Amino acid sequence: MNPFTYTEPATIEEALAALTRYGDEAKLIAGGTGLVNLMKQRLVNPGYLVSLRRLSALANVSIDRDRGLRIGALCTHHALETSPIVRQHAPLLAEAARRVATIRIRTMATLGGAVAHADPNQDLPPALIALDARVKLRGPKGEREVAIDQFFTGYYETLTQPDEIVTEIAIPPSPSTNGSAYLKFLPQTADDYATVSVAARVSLNQGAISDVRVALGAAASTPLRAKAVEDALRGRVPTRTTLDEAAALVAGIVDPLADFRGSAEYKRDMAIVFVRRALTDAIAGAGGAVA
Amino acid sequence: MKSIRMRVNGQPVEREVPDHRLLVDFIRYDLGLTGAKEGCSVGVCGACTVLLNGQPVSSCLALAVMADGGEVTTIEGLAEGERLHPLQQAFIDYGGFQCGICTPGQIMASKALLDANPHPSAEQIKEWMMGNLCRCTGYYKIIEAIQAAAAGKTGP
Repeated sequence: MNPFTYTEPATIEEALAALTRYGDEAKLIAGGTGLVNLMKQRLVNPGYLVSLRRLSALANVSIDRDRGLRIGALCTHHALETSPIVRQHAPLLAEAARRVATIRIRTMATLGGAVAHADPNQDLPPALIALDARVKLRGPKGEREVAIDQFFTGYYETLTQPDEIVTEIAIPPSPSTNGSAYLKFLPQTADDYATVSVAARVSLNQGAISDVRVALGAAASTPLRAKAVEDALRGRVPTRTTLDEAAALVAGIVDPLADFRGSAEYKRDMAIVFVRRALTDAIAGAGGAVA
Repeated sequence: MKSIRMRVNGQPVEREVPDHRLLVDFIRYDLGLTGAKEGCSVGVCGACTVLLNGQPVSSCLALAVMADGGEVTTIEGLAEGERLHPLQQAFIDYGGFQCGICTPGQIMASKALLDANPHPSAEQIKEWMMGNLCRCTGYYKIIEAIQAAAAGKTGP
């Protein structure tokens, strides 16, 4: 790892000032599990590290009946998987967090870090897309919110500007007839990145799918929302045939990279299988059944 | 360089470190506590597991400056004088280690588990310990040792 200067601002204003001052030379660090690995391999060589760890207000979780969940960017994965509020109001996010790597990573790695890092293989982004989450960014000119399905722009790239900080994730309230599932296909080890992962959320109304979200990890250069699959299901009564036909559409959306977890063709096939399974589980979670 | 202060195994420690000093190097080379091992160096193998403010972390991925003001516990902090911690004793009694390289990490990870959940099921032990790799034991002896320590058993 190349040497750098480490700073630990006491307020968000100081953190923003540090980003403005150091410009391209600065990187934000929270848990560090992603960034330190990249720095050790000298893939990223910042001259300045601006640590967020003193900004404890960014680790809060709150729930509001109308606005939904608001989760501070510094919340760790372990906090997400164990938080009673998150488990009750966004079980999909708690489940995705529980499936990340090992307990040692989950105690360090943060929600904001997972979003800002934008590694397409990671677990929280697909879950957040399926939950219609919004990313709150704070910059020198104030705050803005971005829908998370617009947030990821490329391989490890997001809409975040170099002088902005991801401060919070907002998740709107879900209808009570809502079921969700996060499936992670792990043919090798349980702490691995997925060969493909799928987050699905389904709302049912009188046996028909009134709303649905499907998002995938490890399926393209960014976390991916499968809108074509959603459109094929909205308003339909879930049957095996409907699910098979809708899931098959994901093959035209994914653009997986071949690696030691599988060839691109294999991952495309597995995306179909796991979309169908995740939808089946989410429908069951919503109190429905696949006819 | 940064001046950092923390408690390590209950003792106050103050040192000057380069900003990019890793926590594992700080513990091993600056403090001379060589129980934690740097195995994979990418946060996967678990050999460098220590507790930071009570939570298990990969000290190979943490910066020493990020532990400033905190509390670090390593394998060297578990025994009380000559009396081993119940987990240490159970790993001996139940054959929970062979070559010993992974053992400090295994014991620190299992200590964090029992601190959070004093009576875990075998399934919960497997899920929590899944990231601490051992190439000797086949893991069953490790699980037995943790179950024995949780049950307060001494000797098989």
